[in-house]
Amino acid sequence: MTRVALLLAGIAPLAFAVPAAAQSMDHSMHGAAPAPTPAPSPTPAPAPVAQPAPEAPAEGPMEQMDHGNMQGMDMEPEASSCPPEHAAMGHCTPEAEAPDKGASDMGAMDHGAPQSSDPDCPPEHAKMGHCTPKGESADPMAGMEAMATTSASGTDLPPGDAAAPPPPGDWYADRIYPQAEMEHSRHDMMKENGAQTIAFISFNLAEYQARKGRDGFRWDGEAWYGGDINRLTLKSEGEGVFGEGVEETEIQALYSRAIGPYFNAQAGIRQDLGPGPDRTYATIGFEGLAPYWFEVEGALFLSNKGDLLGRLEGYYDQRITQKLILQPMAEFNFALQDVPETGTGSGLSDLELGLRLRYEIVKEFAPYVGVEWTRKVGDTARFARAAGEDASGVSFVMGVRAWF
Amino acid sequence: MAAWFPAWAQPVSSGITAPLPTVSGNDITLRIARQTMRIDGKLSRAIGINGTVPAPLIRLKEGQTAKLTVINDLDEDSSIHWHGLILPFQMDGVPGVSFPGIKPKSTFVYEFPVVQSGTYWYHSHSGLQEQLGHYGPIVIDPAGADPIGYDREHVVVLSDHSQLSPEAIFRKLKVNPGHFNMQRQTLAGLLAGKDQPLKERIDWGKMRMDPTDVADVNGSTYTFLVNGHGPRDNWTALFSPGERVRLRIVNASAMTIFNVRIPGLRMTVVQADGLNVVPTEIDEFQIAVAETYDVIVTPAEDRAYTFVAEANDRSGMGRATLAPRAGMVAEVPPLRERPLATMKDMGMGDMSDGAMAGMDHSGSGDMGAMPMPATDPSCPPEHAKMGHCTPAGEGGAMAGMDHGSGGMQHSMRDFSVAPQVKRDPSVQTISPMPMDRMGEPGQGLENVGHKVLTYHDLVALERNPDVRAASRSLDIHLTGNMERFMWSFDGIKMSDYHEPIPFIEGERVRINLINDSMMSHPIHLHGHFFELVTGKGDRSPRKHTVLVQPGGTASFDFTADALGDWAFHCHLLYHMHAGMMRVVSVRPKGDGE
Repeated sequence: MTRVALLLAGIAPLAFAVPAAAQSMDHSMHGAAPAPTPAPSPTPAPAPVAQPAPEAPAEGPMEQMDHGNMQGMDMEPEASSCPPEHAAMGHCTPEAEAPDKGASDMGAMDHGAPQSSDPDCPPEHAKMGHCTPKGESADPMAGMEAMATTSASGTDLPPGDAAAPPPPGDWYADRIYPQAEMEHSRHDMMKENGAQTIAFISFNLAEYQARKGRDGFRWDGEAWYGGDINRLTLKSEGEGVFGEGVEETEIQALYSRAIGPYFNAQAGIRQDLGPGPDRTYATIGFEGLAPYWFEVEGALFLSNKGDLLGRLEGYYDQRITQKLILQPMAEFNFALQDVPETGTGSGLSDLELGLRLRYEIVKEFAPYVGVEWTRKVGDTARFARAAGEDASGVSFVMGVRAWF
Repeated sequence: MAAWFPAWAQPVSSGITAPLPTVSGNDITLRIARQTMRIDGKLSRAIGINGTVPAPLIRLKEGQTAKLTVINDLDEDSSIHWHGLILPFQMDGVPGVSFPGIKPKSTFVYEFPVVQSGTYWYHSHSGLQEQLGHYGPIVIDPAGADPIGYDREHVVVLSDHSQLSPEAIFRKLKVNPGHFNMQRQTLAGLLAGKDQPLKERIDWGKMRMDPTDVADVNGSTYTFLVNGHGPRDNWTALFSPGERVRLRIVNASAMTIFNVRIPGLRMTVVQADGLNVVPTEIDEFQIAVAETYDVIVTPAEDRAYTFVAEANDRSGMGRATLAPRAGMVAEVPPLRERPLATMKDMGMGDMSDGAMAGMDHSGSGDMGAMPMPATDPSCPPEHAKMGHCTPAGEGGAMAGMDHGSGGMQHSMRDFSVAPQVKRDPSVQTISPMPMDRMGEPGQGLENVGHKVLTYHDLVALERNPDVRAASRSLDIHLTGNMERFMWSFDGIKMSDYHEPIPFIEGERVRINLINDSMMSHPIHLHGHFFELVTGKGDRSPRKHTVLVQPGGTASFDFTADALGDWAFHCHLLYHMHAGMMRVVSVRPKGDGE
């Protein structure tokens, strides 16, 4: 939807611009040709302030004429008595100032303005030196030596298409310094520029949960070690009730690999601990940043009893101010089959919605308050009720989000 | 009286007028060591040279032989790279490329002929030492008379400094993209009618692009320094009214692109990257990391002027004062509103005003990118691209080419636009329609109401030494992923790839730098000057560092005349550190194959 809108927004001005473009080409876009700005007055300024240099001279070589600068080039030996920079500022007059008259003529010609009447040679072509418009005879230029050689030169010339040489098979510094020392420093240099390994620990949630009945606690954290592409990732989440201890704990050890600019694929094992049956799962999943800045995570878990579970979660950081952030989050758990031992029902087994408001004292440490609503669905709800538990509940939470 | 200063500009000193200590002569000793430095009254850890940050000004004379004995008193390897100096590659000072580095507690002697003049600088090329203060200015006086007339000069070294260690900064960038950005768009801003309207925010959110992402590391952790002094220290450059004062400005920052202005004074740019240019009068200029600009100012009045070096994301400023006497201050202007990136910064052409020119010439800056051999002499490729003619035998394909494919559909990651780029998680986007932006003043400077320098304003004072046409062209894509803080050339990090980019000694090549990211990148080629392709023919400005604006292109021609292996990299320190670097090798034909 938005993409279409964006595209339309892009096309509309384009359509309008088509006819206009033929008349006014923006040469600033064009590597070789400068913008058509009128050449500045060649008259030296009387003030002891520098004459503004041409903003974008009509043409490279032409430009030399209108600034006393050309004299500088032609009269290098005299530089000491009247350096061009001074001449340009009107501090002195180089002896050869006279030809400046010629420069005046040039200025008057105003190569900047597209004024060609020659249909075979539109101004922008002439500028590139590809053709000479009729009527714009070389007369005023004839006297100018510089102009005689002015077809394009230097960077105005288009590049050729010569072949690139093959990369060398050795290192030049090895010819001068001991090879072993160079080898060592080269290895360090390569590693230093892009191959760092980093360790990271974060707690997205570490909170106290106040609710009907006994209050509880909950954590959800992640740690990783590795480089840009390959990482070892550990995840842990769990919750408990004060006075009853930990209810559920889950630990995952995953190999994580960057599979795109925003997403990592992850695979490994998950171990559940706690009062219920201890299960081990093979895990495959992903985590990353989805369009519209949603942080998302999903995984499939295949248990050692053959049960298949799934999980999808995500959150969004809504910045209210630079430091105050509202974070809505959601988590959905699925199961392919009923797993009565763990009280899990097939289909969507439970869901959880949360809203947390945090204040980033520093980005690494942000206390928060919030509310969380959980609901068990279908057979999961039935299992819960059978066990004398509520199928849904609301908690007020208070905790800290932190990373190191 | 200081009440109207913002907090960060409250003076802690009445102005520090001391210039940088200077070393000169035929035998110079530099000692690299850890030290502390005091910025705005606060102590910080640093690495300095001869006890100072910035390192001392090295003053040389064109034609002399420089002998620089460097003692590394650190507990780790170090190095000094002479930025912008033309010298034998084994003296260039890049560990792992030009020499093995300087081991802890050992000495290395650099010796090379000084073949040029102008304003340059030097810095560590080891690890992240540069961020800690391991940088200093170089001034080389010309052998003959200086074509630039001035009564007095001041060397002005701009830099950035954080209380965080550079390793910590890099790590935070890696694990928490946008960590230092404290100028994001917020709901409060939306309700107050600031920044992008909702629709645009949703569009940008869909692309996972943050328009406030202008500077990766910024004023939220940096203090911006002028000659090692914070804004409240108020470093002061003295002048007598009426004097022509030459300011030799070096951006020695690790990460900060500055916008420099002196309210009340016009500046005449006389030199860029050490080489003289035709004087051009401006009110403000953007100076990328590693660039140098020399400007002449002529303060006529007996009053103070504030020298403002505003970070390009407007998150803070470096501040100094130009005054006839110590202890004077002038008004410090408030920070201007931060810029927001546009579609153009994502390489989507100039959508803002729907300029056709933007669309259809988008490829022109990187003509080499387009497979269009000029087989038809009556229809050279650049004409064909404008749609002025159709080369014989290329009929229909051409039409499709012009306004077609890649550009219009706005795919953010269409590898067919850049076939050479590796499909890699380090490539977040590919600019569908990158435009040559060398004629633009820089992000946030389009409408500031006064004249801002662009590369198109620069004209070399002397004719270029080599005016041959480039024999070939080479495209290099500047690629990155802001969400993973990965940076690379053509999707390849330095750490991924051993092979250098080869050049034959003496050949002339056009390099087209195509920025596929929404960040600016100052690209530096060691050992060479290159000529920017800005329509100035044989007076093209010659530089050692070129800023490639977001989603834009920049092209230069250069003569591969410096034998050996050279570093080629983005000069944003943490971009290089993340992989945005390659080795360039210049060999005689057939050598080393």
